[in-house]
Amino acid sequence: MDFGLSEEQQQFVDTLGRFVARDYGFARRRTIVDSQEGWSKEVWQSLADLGVLAINVPEKYGGLGFGPVETMLAMNVFGAALLVEPYLSSAVIATSLLCDIAGESVKAELLPRLAGGERIAVLAHFEPASRFVIAHVECSARKDGERYVLEGQKAAVLDAPAAGHLLVSARTSGLPDDDTGVSLFLVSRDSPGLVLREFPTLDGGRAAEVLLNKVSVPASARLGGEGEAMPAIERALDIGLSALCAEAVGAMKALQNATIEYLKTRSQFDQPIGRFQVLQHRAADMLIHFEQAQSMSYLAAMRCTAENTLERRRMLSAAKVVVGQACRFIAQSAVQLHGGMGMTDELMVSHWFKRLTMIESTFGDSDSHLQRFAELAS
Amino acid sequence: MDLDFTEEENAFRDEVRDFAREKLPADIHHKVMNGLHLTRDDYVSWQRALFARGWGGVSWPKEFGGPGWSATELYIFEEECAAAGAPRLIPFGLRMLAPVLMAFGSRAQQERFLPKIMSAEEWWCQGYSEPGAGSDLASLRTRAENCGDHYRVTGQKTWTTLGQYADWMFCLVRTDSEVKPQRGISFLLIDMKSPGITVRPIITLDGGHEVNEVWLEDVRVPMENRVGEENQGWSYAKFLLGHERTNIAGIGIAKRELAHLKRVAKAEMKNARPLLEDPLFAAKVAQVEVDLMALEITNLRVLSTEKMGPEASILKIKGSEIQQDISELLMQAAGPYAQPFAANYCNQRKLSIYGGSNEIQRNIISQMMLGL
Ligand SMILES: Cc1cc2nc3c(=O)[nH]c(=O)nc-3n(C[C@H](O)[C@H](O)[C@H](O)COP(=O)(O)OP(=O)(O)OC[C@H]3O[C@@H](n4cnc5c(N)ncnc54)[C@H](O)[C@@H]3O)c2cc1C
Repeated sequence: MDFGLSEEQQQFVDTLGRFVARDYGFARRRTIVDSQEGWSKEVWQSLADLGVLAINVPEKYGGLGFGPVETMLAMNVFGAALLVEPYLSSAVIATSLLCDIAGESVKAELLPRLAGGERIAVLAHFEPASRFVIAHVECSARKDGERYVLEGQKAAVLDAPAAGHLLVSARTSGLPDDDTGVSLFLVSRDSPGLVLREFPTLDGGRAAEVLLNKVSVPASARLGGEGEAMPAIERALDIGLSALCAEAVGAMKALQNATIEYLKTRSQFDQPIGRFQVLQHRAADMLIHFEQAQSMSYLAAMRCTAENTLERRRMLSAAKVVVGQACRFIAQSAVQLHGGMGMTDELMVSHWFKRLTMIESTFGDSDSHLQRFAELAS
Repeated sequence: MDLDFTEEENAFRDEVRDFAREKLPADIHHKVMNGLHLTRDDYVSWQRALFARGWGGVSWPKEFGGPGWSATELYIFEEECAAAGAPRLIPFGLRMLAPVLMAFGSRAQQERFLPKIMSAEEWWCQGYSEPGAGSDLASLRTRAENCGDHYRVTGQKTWTTLGQYADWMFCLVRTDSEVKPQRGISFLLIDMKSPGITVRPIITLDGGHEVNEVWLEDVRVPMENRVGEENQGWSYAKFLLGHERTNIAGIGIAKRELAHLKRVAKAEMKNARPLLEDPLFAAKVAQVEVDLMALEITNLRVLSTEKMGPEASILKIKGSEIQQDISELLMQAAGPYAQPFAANYCNQRKLSIYGGSNEIQRNIISQMMLGL
């Protein structure tokens, strides 16, 4: 058992930390969030230059061939800095999914470009009625000669507005909740019939409702076997879930630190408010939540690529429950302990609060994962 | 012991309900029911409608032009208005300043200010908190220098709710810094159009503009705009805090929001069944519902004694927690489409911070009710 980092990993963390400290301060982030696109090409290119976009790309395709642990380390840093660029969607989930399922030519074409920052791809999977159930897919892909025609709707797809390519899941057979019968298609952003209704999210991100109005794609756009994409989609989402937990951990740690600092410096009744025992205990509970979440984030990183699907589901659900509950408790407590200041847009505190609130409900909220865990356990 | 309302009270309830159904404009109703942003005019037009009906000074005694309702009638009124989707009454003039003026103001002040509060001709804001004086309000530092026929006021107030609309601000200022902090505070009425006042917006985490900073620089306040005696402001403020908390439980609003939650959770599907039938979610909704049921009766018990002591703290803590729980569940229920509910959830964090934070309320309970 070893929870330590290798020298190389530590260096990697330090480099990234220096990058966000220098180039991704609160003011810079605000400018990016307020911009038309809502993310920065310049930052994206820097991430490519630092090699972070290549973490999940095999060496064969110009990547670093690292895995979930390095992804976790990067996400810790991005969580603290509240990075809004589509890292999780493109460099983690879509990249992992392409590695897993795409054919040789697509990989050779796309992976080096994803690693180099020239392309952004996003998985469009969840639907209005799926409510966090991964297998629930109603979108359809009808065979039409040498082509497929895609129809349906994908709900609140994070970072879709930034993507040049969408990886769209759609049913080639079966019923909405069947595990089989789902295929995956590589759909270019400018395909006729593909409509993105874009909107900003609470936490400063961008998302889109994705409408597929008879989008026609060549048979070669299908990634993997017909009707066989579900396991790969789940594997990619599991890697994404682990990364999301790590992002939460990074954000919680930073928020926790900011709160402790505030308790020491804010004075009321002629003393630092950190002297009030009720606040001390709340802060102690925040730390306990944080440590539990940190543990589960490690577990998620080390088990999210496990072969045994049932075991993997159990581990990841357990992690999301603990992390999600910690997100809720730490975010609420931090605002409460800051008093009115916690409510202002002016402090980073409220921005961590909003990101943690969103994370709690991303890829299944705590309750859904608790239920899934209970069902898998029995 | 009897838990039922009297026949007269039930008749009164019908009267309020009919009134709200008839007089509440549909667009305002829609905004309130969906947690949307209300404009200044929305608040004003509702207050004017009440005024036209003779209910402008809802909580006021007859001698000042109010309907002279009992605490129970007022409770019924509030519950019905909330259920109907009426805007909350802006409390600053109506519920906070007015009782102070009635108890401690001069006849001239009463005649000058009370009617225009009732008719919504003048909008008031509350200038208590300062950057350095939040929970420890008595440490406030905004200075008022006695210049014979007027005060010269310099300092900064903050978190001033809807101060951007205000014509007037009631304000706590320091008039003596040599004595114990509580002893050197006075209560002034300040015209927001006075030279030297700057109002700056504070944007909150939900992106809204509902609070402000108010900067005062050599603001001239005529002596006749001091309420009561110099250096006695703290006791008036404490009197006021008791009134601030009378509607703090927010039962009517919580009931309305709970009904909203159930509608959303019924429409939202999970595993091909309404979310409201999901055992885990249903249990959470049930939990808030029973909490609310208990609080409603606790609230009525407190009201029936017609005096509000530290019990108000129980109502404030439980009431704010219940409203926050409901906002959390609404956000959860809406799943991927939680965006509008999420903003409301963020905004509702204020409930446990303002009007005396929930930590401060627990201090009050343990000190004043438990003698600890
Ligand atoms: C949305 C909003 C609207 C507001 N509107 C108005 C308004 O219109 N007019 C106005 O005058 N004010 C207004 N306020 C101010 C509000 O009353 C203060 O925010 C509140 O009193 C808390 O003060 P603070 O923000 O300075 O927090 P602080 O007092 O600094 O408190 C920070 C934390 O320390 C805790 N704490 C402080 N003292 C103790 C103690 N003795 N024991 C245990 N814990 C303690 C608090 O509970 C809190 O968790 C508003 C605030 C908000 C958020």
